[in-house]
Amino acid sequence: MITLHWLYALAGAMFAAIALLSALDSKNPKRLGNAAFWGLMALSLLAGDAIGDFGNGLLVLGLAGLAGFGFIGRSHPPTTDEAERQSWSDKLGNRLFLPALIIPLTALIGTLAYNYTPLGQAGWIEAKRETYVFLGLGVLLALGTIFAWLRPPAIAPLQEGRRLIDAIGWAAVLPQMLASLGVLFAAAGIGDAIGSLTRMVIPEGSVFLTVAVFGLGMAIFTMIMGNAFAAFPVMAAAIGVPLLIQGYGGDPAVVGAIGMLAGFCGTLMTPMAANFNLVPAALLELKDQYGVIRAQVATALPLLLVNIALIYWLAFR
Amino acid sequence: MINYWPLIGIALVVIGFALKMNPMLVVTAAAIATGLIAGMDPVEVIATFGKAFNDNRIIAIVWIVLPVIGLLERFGLQQRAAAVIRAMKNATTGRLLILYLAYRQITAAIGLHSTAGHPQTVRPLVAPMALAAAEKQHGELDDDTAEKVKAYSAATDNVGLFFGEDIFFAIGSIVLIQQVLATYGYDLAPLELALWAIPTAIAAFLIHGARLLMFDRKLKERGR
Repeated sequence: MITLHWLYALAGAMFAAIALLSALDSKNPKRLGNAAFWGLMALSLLAGDAIGDFGNGLLVLGLAGLAGFGFIGRSHPPTTDEAERQSWSDKLGNRLFLPALIIPLTALIGTLAYNYTPLGQAGWIEAKRETYVFLGLGVLLALGTIFAWLRPPAIAPLQEGRRLIDAIGWAAVLPQMLASLGVLFAAAGIGDAIGSLTRMVIPEGSVFLTVAVFGLGMAIFTMIMGNAFAAFPVMAAAIGVPLLIQGYGGDPAVVGAIGMLAGFCGTLMTPMAANFNLVPAALLELKDQYGVIRAQVATALPLLLVNIALIYWLAFR
Repeated sequence: MINYWPLIGIALVVIGFALKMNPMLVVTAAAIATGLIAGMDPVEVIATFGKAFNDNRIIAIVWIVLPVIGLLERFGLQQRAAAVIRAMKNATTGRLLILYLAYRQITAAIGLHSTAGHPQTVRPLVAPMALAAAEKQHGELDDDTAEKVKAYSAATDNVGLFFGEDIFFAIGSIVLIQQVLATYGYDLAPLELALWAIPTAIAAFLIHGARLLMFDRKLKERGR
């Protein structure tokens, strides 16, 4: 049976190769930091189950230390320049979009076929993980197509992958860190604390007001944390699961999906979400570093109200 | 009796971000402090943090698409995308940004969210094109107006990304929702969650699109 571990191995092998290429990149003064950082990611993906909980904890401390104390930096692996890209674009035309569509189409068609045809009954993929398996298959198919069609150098996909992952940097690992923080918050009872605080303001028996507090709570808590990823586990533990799903019988898929989107409305309104709000203001050389946030508030607030209404209508059909 | 002391962990996150410290350090420090305040011993805290990180490795799987995206960029994917947008005639700032909003939402919805973004598309393409369109409508732009056009360009990218990406079922946030609800015994398929992102995506397009059209009208009124 194909399990998630096959994908961990694929991603782990990619990070291991990126770590190796980083170490060999003599043009990057922080090459050893980059090599260590992506090497730890490779170790986590390849051997995370073998090194124990405490070993994983030390691994995470290593990642945080390397990123937090400035040991990693952006690299500039070999790629094409602007003029070469323009001439490729002119030469290949809109056919260039086709290989880009292989990954999403493989994931989509594979998932649908696996779930709605007899294909899935053979049970050759770990349950509920078929989408990720087809995503990985799509990556391999797209790579094969590009190699057959355009014949890039054999090392190119790894160097181009390194170019992009280094541009993203530690932010590529932050979502996983925030999910882990959420687990510790939950273990420490923060969900209970926030839940009891918010339950104090919820009148007993009002589904609509409970939904409203859940939506507003997601947005406000996301603004505080800068990320809906960190807010979701807490608000789910406090209100979403015990009150909306278990108490009032709401549809867990709606509460989860639209609750997260209510949080995204908060992301539009907070400087804590630096990647989305402060970085572009700097990139576009705005005088007001909160200019992007100011342009977003009048979209975020009405959309938050829409999300609250949608949860109320759709989860309690 | 509910213990409120662990809320100090949240305060640490707020202070850390407010002081613009590195988020990786802030998150780690907050996690350790929260665990200690809750009465765990240091080894237990580190082990809990490590186990949670290991249990959430599925979030890192998404990065296997990067070699493909990078290869396509090497062969001019971004330039191709720019050529498609440039072929549009009669562009105004609002219409251009509505088009980009739709493009961003649709590409994010089919998993191509990392083909665009502030460094890749907004600074080199969207903002200059929006400024050029605004000059056509308004005449020469004063600083405040130019600043607004640029801010709206970045804002449109964020709105398109946030309210498009969750329709794609292999994105980190969908995985996170699935993982969190699974711990309470609700085992949901990613596609089921992605489906419920569609109503909000439509609402986001309508609300932000309407604001962009109003912005167009303001540009026209103020100019000439």
